[in-house]
Amino acid sequence: MIKVKDLKKSFEDLEVLKGVNTEFEKGKTNLIIGQSGSGKTVFLKCLLGLFVPDSGTIEYNEKVYQNFTKDEKRELSTQMGMVFQGGALFDSMTVEENVMFPLKMLTKMSRPEMKRRVEEVLDRVNLVDTNNKFPSEISGGMQKRVSIARAIVNKPKYLFCDEPNSGLDPRTASVIDNLIQEITHENNITTVINTHDMNSVFEIGEKIVYLEHGVKAWEGDKDNIYKTDNKKLTDFVYASNLFQKVRIAQREGL
Amino acid sequence: MLSNYIKSIGQYFIMIYETFKRMTKTSELRRLILQELDDLIVSSLGIVVFISFFIGAVIAIQTALNFSNPFVPKSLIGFAARQSIILEFAPTFVSIIMAGKVGSYITSSIGTMRVSEQIDALEVMGINSLNYLVFPKIVAMCMFPFVIAISMFVGVIGAYFAGVYGGFLNADEFLAGLQEDFIPFQVFYAFLKSFIFAFILATVPSFHGYYMKGGSLEVGHAATTSFVWTSVIIIFMNYFITQLLLS
Repeated sequence: MIKVKDLKKSFEDLEVLKGVNTEFEKGKTNLIIGQSGSGKTVFLKCLLGLFVPDSGTIEYNEKVYQNFTKDEKRELSTQMGMVFQGGALFDSMTVEENVMFPLKMLTKMSRPEMKRRVEEVLDRVNLVDTNNKFPSEISGGMQKRVSIARAIVNKPKYLFCDEPNSGLDPRTASVIDNLIQEITHENNITTVINTHDMNSVFEIGEKIVYLEHGVKAWEGDKDNIYKTDNKKLTDFVYASNLFQKVRIAQREGL
Repeated sequence: MLSNYIKSIGQYFIMIYETFKRMTKTSELRRLILQELDDLIVSSLGIVVFISFFIGAVIAIQTALNFSNPFVPKSLIGFAARQSIILEFAPTFVSIIMAGKVGSYITSSIGTMRVSEQIDALEVMGINSLNYLVFPKIVAMCMFPFVIAISMFVGVIGAYFAGVYGGFLNADEFLAGLQEDFIPFQVFYAFLKSFIFAFILATVPSFHGYYMKGGSLEVGHAATTSFVWTSVIIIFMNYFITQLLLS
């Protein structure tokens, strides 16, 4: 579990996070949603330790991250997996080398053990015959799968995803969403996903945190989102014509 | 403006300090160093040999054409070529050429990793990205004086060919000039400064790539800025070391 208390972060005069309080539960897909510029990525980077918050606390398993020793922080980072928006795969490495990288750097596994584990996770994300290909030689959807495989290869306790299905076609995006949810349930990990894709919200939103101008404006789950009377949230969620029609249909009980 | 420069200088030294902390796993580091040796040193040999040969040849021709006095011995062509090549051309100008080739490669490769969040990916895994990216480059560039040694040798060969086969002097005169008033300390001075330039060549472009902000356009801009600053620092350090060791 991750608990965030009164988290604030500014960049010079720009106050991005203005005191966020929330919890992310274990074994659930926790979604952070909000418009572009609402502070989602900064929030995620604070959780990952890439940005140091100005004030407030982040607790991992009831221990305040800011009070961690360097060794504890390093230990925690071995328990984290991250799927970046663009994949962030290492261009000079093959798919297999990319996925094997965390094992090489963070574990004492032998090469055959590492190879076996890489095969396992590549199989889990449904990637076949791509081991020796470079990231530039595979599609965007495949790159996302490799990125997921790299994030889960070291069996993390916390999985973070920054817009995992951006730039993907709806079918592939749905496959990626479901894959992340399945992995979360299978391994009972705490997954935090940053997204503004409403399909993801309605498909895998077991817990949803809505950020607006750096503050938490709403939280709940995908079932509650239908019933909310928070106007800004409904304006955001039902911004597209398609979702407006879905909402009308829901109201009319269709 | 001035405060930005001071801030950047401070940030550069912090980067150097951070580079030597939290070392990457030895087996991975060995692989990275070998990779950098290939990318930074071996791949530069061709251009260095080509430029050194022809610049050596031009130095010999220019010297010969400027000695019209019959009382000046022709062996001075060999002497002047040796002094120019060992003292300045090989260590300083080859370093500036390398600032263009190696420096822009370092800045753009690290800058691209920054833009595509690969550096963030390293940090999230708990890896010291500065040690992972910059340290192998510094170690690989320790071989830079060997490139300079090759440049010196090829430059002198170029001067020999242009001088002897161009009909300006005979081989014995050239070799006599080459050995005239030879001061071994000058070779030490040349290697010492090429060693310092190697450190600059590895770290200044890394700094510009690592701390760049923006997208792909800014990567190109960072590579250009890095070349300018690397050259400026090399030229300034050249003056400083020469003043310190030779004057």
